[in-house]
Amino acid sequence: MSSAEKRAGTVANYVDERTGAAKWLKKNLTKVFPDHWSFMLGEVALYSFIILLLTGVFLTFWFDPSQREVLYQGAYQPLSGIKMSAAYASTLNISFDVRGGLLMRQIHHWAALLFMAAIVAHLMRVFFTGAFRKPREFNWIIGIGLLTLGIVEGFLGYSLPDDLLSGTGIRIAEAIIQAIPVVGSYLSFFAFGGPFPGESFIPRIFTVHVLLLPGIFLALITAHLMLVWYQKHTQYPGPGRTEKNVVGYPLMPVYMAKAGGFFFIVFGVTAFLAAVASINPIWLYGPYTPTQISAGSQPDWYMGWLDGLVRMAPNLESHIFNHTISWNILIPGLIVPGILFTGMALYPFIESWLTNDKREHHLLDRPRNAPNRTALGAMSLAFILVTLLNGGNDLIATHFALSINQITWMSRIGVLVLPPIAFVVTKRLCLSLQRHDRDLVLHGRETGRLQLLPHGEFVEVHEPISEAKAWVLTQHDQPPALEFVTEDEAGVKAPRGALNRLRARMSAATVEQIPRVEGNDLKEIEHH
Amino acid sequence: MSKEIERLSDPGLPDHVHRKADVDPRAAKKAERQVAILFSLSVIGTLLFVGSYLWIPATTFLFLPAMGSTNAQQLFLGLGLTLATLFIGLGAIHWAKTLMPDNEVIAERHEFRSEEKDRQDFVDTVKTQAAAAGLGRRPLIKRTLGIALGLVSASPLLLLRDLGPLPKKSLEQTSWEKGTRLVTDPGNLPIKASDLEVGAVAQVLPELKSNQERTLNNLAKDAVLLIRIRPEEFELSPERLSWTHEGIIAFSKICTHMGCAVALYEQQTKHLLCPCHQSKFDVPRAAKVIFGPAARPLPQLAITVDSDGYLIAQKPFSEPVGPSFWERSS
Amino acid sequence: MASAGTQKSANALARTTSVDEGRQIFLRGCSSCHGINAEGGDIAPSLIGVGAASVDFQVGTGRMPLADMSQQAARKRPLYNPEQVAALAAYVASLAPGPEIPNQVVASYERDGNTAQGGELFRTNCAMCHNFSGQGGALSQGKYAPSLMGSTPAQIYEAMITGPQSMPVFGDKVISPADKLSIIKWIKAAQNEPNLGGASLGRIGPVTEGLLVWTLGLGLLIGIAVWLATKAR
Repeated sequence: MSSAEKRAGTVANYVDERTGAAKWLKKNLTKVFPDHWSFMLGEVALYSFIILLLTGVFLTFWFDPSQREVLYQGAYQPLSGIKMSAAYASTLNISFDVRGGLLMRQIHHWAALLFMAAIVAHLMRVFFTGAFRKPREFNWIIGIGLLTLGIVEGFLGYSLPDDLLSGTGIRIAEAIIQAIPVVGSYLSFFAFGGPFPGESFIPRIFTVHVLLLPGIFLALITAHLMLVWYQKHTQYPGPGRTEKNVVGYPLMPVYMAKAGGFFFIVFGVTAFLAAVASINPIWLYGPYTPTQISAGSQPDWYMGWLDGLVRMAPNLESHIFNHTISWNILIPGLIVPGILFTGMALYPFIESWLTNDKREHHLLDRPRNAPNRTALGAMSLAFILVTLLNGGNDLIATHFALSINQITWMSRIGVLVLPPIAFVVTKRLCLSLQRHDRDLVLHGRETGRLQLLPHGEFVEVHEPISEAKAWVLTQHDQPPALEFVTEDEAGVKAPRGALNRLRARMSAATVEQIPRVEGNDLKEIEHH
Repeated sequence: MSKEIERLSDPGLPDHVHRKADVDPRAAKKAERQVAILFSLSVIGTLLFVGSYLWIPATTFLFLPAMGSTNAQQLFLGLGLTLATLFIGLGAIHWAKTLMPDNEVIAERHEFRSEEKDRQDFVDTVKTQAAAAGLGRRPLIKRTLGIALGLVSASPLLLLRDLGPLPKKSLEQTSWEKGTRLVTDPGNLPIKASDLEVGAVAQVLPELKSNQERTLNNLAKDAVLLIRIRPEEFELSPERLSWTHEGIIAFSKICTHMGCAVALYEQQTKHLLCPCHQSKFDVPRAAKVIFGPAARPLPQLAITVDSDGYLIAQKPFSEPVGPSFWERSS
Repeated sequence: MASAGTQKSANALARTTSVDEGRQIFLRGCSSCHGINAEGGDIAPSLIGVGAASVDFQVGTGRMPLADMSQQAARKRPLYNPEQVAALAAYVASLAPGPEIPNQVVASYERDGNTAQGGELFRTNCAMCHNFSGQGGALSQGKYAPSLMGSTPAQIYEAMITGPQSMPVFGDKVISPADKLSIIKWIKAAQNEPNLGGASLGRIGPVTEGLLVWTLGLGLLIGIAVWLATKAR
């Protein structure tokens, strides 16, 4: 045994003598984590968050969150002598008068975009594989909370430098607040400390951006990870992998090295983006003033769908009893996102109710084996994608020589028509993949080799697939359509009869599956 | 379940296949060297980072294909940091993959629900204890406690009251008054009707009274766009026509949708377009909305000229400018 | 050595020949739409009074003669050489007084302009169509404000005083000639703006940044994650 190993042993001894945690630590240091690339998406989000904390702290050393007016005298000549807020001037100062400041600003912003992208990719993985099912509903809700707060946190960060683009964003946020019925103008005046833009907003959102929300993030992320730890990670189906076990590598040393290494990879990729590609070049935007605007004013990508929704909204406004309700803002800005996020948060419970599935699940679904869920996911993605594209309608117009008006109209129609189409197409696609799986198990894999039969016919040689592969393709459950007893023998109606009938009818309408291969099927083939 | 019986059988975890490094000491040595090389490359990255910080002046630019003229300090600081971190990560993962044990381990999993008996005990205990508290039997206590808790948790909201003043009428007011001169933005110069040709626009603001300062709060409501077209092209009510002057018409520049500056004027079609959400306003028809999410035309400012021939406001805006709000009456 | 008088008459003579030459070009290349005497027609406006600046801008940037009847005349390689453009401009200028070619005015933009002030004016008057760094932007119905990255000082000045196509006119009382020079100086600075933070991504705001983070950023990381999760051999 080398000296390094001896020293590790001494440390372990030292820690236990002071904490008595030997048993607990031993169990957890050898905790098993399954390996799959898609399990790293959540880690990308986690590591981006750590990068955001590190670079964010650096930025606060110079950033002055104040809307006090100053005359710029710094290094960037094209803005020399221009009146601007201290927030904007100090952001320029970080960019051009602090060595490495621009790099840190760019890492911070790229990490923020990556954080949100990784959260969304992670969410898609969890959704399409059914990882949110019992017992992981709490973690799903925490995840939706992190996504929502991430959007807010990102928006606030984008707003802090007080450049022309971010000020335009704040202006739009103010219009959304102001549109809330009854209390809108009051909320806006409280948020801005008076009329827009005032001098209070940036100092206030600074506190929220660097203290309040990161604190909540830390708490939620900790809870998220503790639940993953305690409930053990889900795993993809495979030989030897069951609902009762978890197969993978122990935390120490393999997973520590891999996960720890991956943190540096995420840092490296963010640093690479920040080194080679400019992001949020606030010096080009100029300082914010309400009378100026730039063509192509867009938010960061995770708000793009919201902006796209607002852009395609019909221009409805009601005037009732001397009061105004701005449906053109409320519907795309609050109502639709509200429905979307509430629906997302409740989805595990909705699915469990619809399928009457109250069991624990630790083996992931292959998306094709849950065609309804996969189709619903594709439908939501189609909706978000159309709105996201419409958020860039002006740039699409100029870069692809189209008309903004046409794109907006196509989006208005597309946002209603494409999601249902996506549902149907995806469901068919899942079923045809199931059929493909069935063929594979029954008839084997096409080898591409042709064989000449005695009577002159050519046939392709099929090779049986491995036992392991056949297991993966047939291990899933295929529950039959739900049936409920609505009346007992004495003719007494069961409680919630109408709801259960609805549930049964929905289940019957959507239950279609390609029967998975059973042992009997194979026996029959052998007989032939 | 009968279905379960018919299922294909789970072949179980496949046997461990030894890696080259597991059986061949030379391969293991090679992997060790590779990891060491990766870590050393990280050191080079850090050196590049430090060197760029110390010795590349902020004013050095490099011309790079596909990137153009690029700041060298920023680029090399970033690339140094990239190499420094990326190679630590690559080295650690390569180490884990090639040299650390790659036997897959099976850990048992247990259902989260407790044993039936424990669970029943727990549920019973909760029931008994709840009964002991007597909440069900004593609704008076339950209700008053509910009210007390509700009120005390709402009270911090009161503390937020002083975040800002009440809006009162301020959303409906601008700095424009009867006789306020229109001055250019930027520049603050008064303008005459003859200063604008047909097809011309001007961004204007109300003239400042002496000892008055222009704040962003003012700008957010006062900004006005002047447009001159041929008078015969107007399709306005007689009242609105009287608000124009020799073909010059003035609109609030603050979008009635979400408050962006609507200053994108298409001279040929005489449309104003908002670059934020593409609402389109038809200038000859008093900025009627012809496309996009905005619900109301831009408020028109009544203008005329004073005795010196300078453009002035006839009166304040007759309706609130900017986005809608609950108290807005029309 | 020629006296001032002969110099003047020589200039006048040159101008007349130039006008004649311009008229010939006009009859061949422009009159089918703009009318034999530039009085305009059903599909093209009258050119009487538009001045030399307008001709120099429209023909000098290749926008005229029109290639097709699309939404908007696009910048393209000029059909006529600079002498021919000058002759055409002289002819149109001879029809009625109008804005002159501002070659002499813009010559001093480097000395008389102020970049920072120009930026302020640009953001108030130009950025809403041409974008914050002059990259151009969308107008309605497929029209667009062009990029200013290839524009010369004279062309920028001419566009401001003549208001070509969708663009409104920015008269000298609204934006003084001195301010126009500042705007030009700022646009020239924007054309030469180096990449301070790496590749510019087109200087069109956050859309390209979002695209890059999903493709290059997440793409690289997923690639490495796949490598991480594969068993070594």
